[in-house]
Amino acid sequence: MLIPVLIGMSVITFFIVHAIPGSPAKALLGERASPEALHQLEEKMGLNDPLYIQYFNYIKNLLQGDLGTSIQTGQPVSEEIIPYLAATFELALFAMVIAVFFGVNLGIFSAWRQNSSVDYLSMVIALIGVSMPVFWLGLMEQWIFAQELAWFPSSGRLDSRLFFEPVTHFYFLDALIQGDFVVLQDALKHMVLPAVALGTIPMAIIARMTRSSMLEVLRSDYIRTARAKGVGELLIIYKHALKNALIPIVTVFGLQMGLLLGGAILTETIFSWPGVGRYLYDAIHARDYAVVQSGILVVATIFVLINLIVDLLYAWIDPRIQYGKE
Amino acid sequence: MNEPVLTERHSVTELNQEKVESPFRETMRALLHHRSAMIGGGIILFLILIAFIAPLLLPFGYNQIDADARLQPPSAEHWFGTDDFGRDIFARVVYGARISLWVGFFAITGSIVIGSVLGLIAGYYGGWRDTLISRSFDILLAFPAILLAIAIVAMLGPSLENAMYAIAIINIPTFGRLMRSRVLAVKQEDFVLAAQAIGMKDTRILFHHILPNSWTPIMVQGTLGFATAVLEAAALGFIGMGAQPPDPEWGKMLSDSRGFFQSAPWTMIFPGLAIMLTVLGFNLLGDGLRDVLDPRMKQ
Repeated sequence: MLIPVLIGMSVITFFIVHAIPGSPAKALLGERASPEALHQLEEKMGLNDPLYIQYFNYIKNLLQGDLGTSIQTGQPVSEEIIPYLAATFELALFAMVIAVFFGVNLGIFSAWRQNSSVDYLSMVIALIGVSMPVFWLGLMEQWIFAQELAWFPSSGRLDSRLFFEPVTHFYFLDALIQGDFVVLQDALKHMVLPAVALGTIPMAIIARMTRSSMLEVLRSDYIRTARAKGVGELLIIYKHALKNALIPIVTVFGLQMGLLLGGAILTETIFSWPGVGRYLYDAIHARDYAVVQSGILVVATIFVLINLIVDLLYAWIDPRIQYGKE
Repeated sequence: MNEPVLTERHSVTELNQEKVESPFRETMRALLHHRSAMIGGGIILFLILIAFIAPLLLPFGYNQIDADARLQPPSAEHWFGTDDFGRDIFARVVYGARISLWVGFFAITGSIVIGSVLGLIAGYYGGWRDTLISRSFDILLAFPAILLAIAIVAMLGPSLENAMYAIAIINIPTFGRLMRSRVLAVKQEDFVLAAQAIGMKDTRILFHHILPNSWTPIMVQGTLGFATAVLEAAALGFIGMGAQPPDPEWGKMLSDSRGFFQSAPWTMIFPGLAIMLTVLGFNLLGDGLRDVLDPRMKQ
């Protein structure tokens, strides 16, 4: 199932990228380049070969772990993309932590106090959260929290005045490894606004899903039994009910985690976050074929893998679900 | 013997009036009693009215430049203030409603038509057609939607029309899969088997019998999809891949406000509120329709 999807994705990405108007050679050499120089460069880059030959060369290189070379920087995409991927992952993970923590608890609280004013308020917040464009929320945050209150920096990943040599490119991890708490604090400050912007929609969706899932579970006999036995309310909710309400929540989590990777492009644009979305967007404008086709493929593959992991998580949460058995 | 003579016309009329209510009227009645559907429907009606009537009453054109009134805050003359060209933001937001509703309507109609036809074929015929169509849906769904939309617009060239095509394309699999799953269930029903048994043509079975019985979830998803389409169009406009100047598209207006929203936040607040209100309206109506038409989908 995964292999045909990956092959299909590579075909679509390849042909879309090659259908983008304009020549990468011209993008590299500039508008005033002579036709001879353009022809020479196109020949060198293999752009004059038939499309199917170019595709097979691309796949052949891909299978050898070669994602191509960036036209703009001359660097291998497989190396160049890592810091960008790490930046996006770090942002998406933080956004998801915010989304899960607030979303699950908001949903639980709503279900627990169903039809109360707190329930209505939580669900109105969730509904507004689902309807809010992430790029508008980002701009509002910049205006209120960076401009007016000056609590957080408005853009970037780290203060440019700080000297920092990243190892894994996950700044939090790197700062912890190196014991640099100034960098850790600064990275955290830079993370708050984009992570909240990116995490708001998933938070709202998770809250709605948690509420409806918990409402169903809280009406079950075993919960009534637990209450009758005198088990504490917190224990009932977090130990007994939540685990059985988890499957729909995990489904949404998986979908949202994948969407965050794609949706991060907007957040990254607003907060000048050096992530993979921004990297791809710049590459599209520069007609950097190698970066665009490999980058989209890498992001889409991660998206597919996350969905696969979510499928496997189902079986872990609910042992009654078994794959590969009739 | 003065028994009343009950003609066939009488009995049918009485039956229609007193006992059997058409599904449409039944749905409308339920919707009118559904709070969130009513709020959502009210918001959408308000937007439609504003989009089509208000421009006739506005004192300013959406592209009327006034160099002396640059970045003016909201006032009695300019309700939402003015932008960096001195254009009235209220007029631009109102005209923007036309664009967003237009884009949402055409993109989602396109997705529904193409997705439904493909879903019908895949679900009804099965075999290689199903494999081919379903795998294509899987492949399209494997891409993060906005990234695929950006790539498609990059291929076609940035414009509002091309953004609309891109949004239509990325939403096809959602409707296709939904239709396929409904067809798989409906085609096992007796009335379909009976139609096949009397030798009815496949196209007639598909479009006259299966389609009307598979329509409900598509309608619900279509309403919710409208909200997504408005957001996607605004997102593409925001990153310069959708509407181009001087079109007053909400996403583009937000993007334009980035240079000066620190000193003139109204340039950013109102277009964003308009997007949120539109999306909220369709989400509420979609939720209501789902509750009324197919409560099982709630899960």
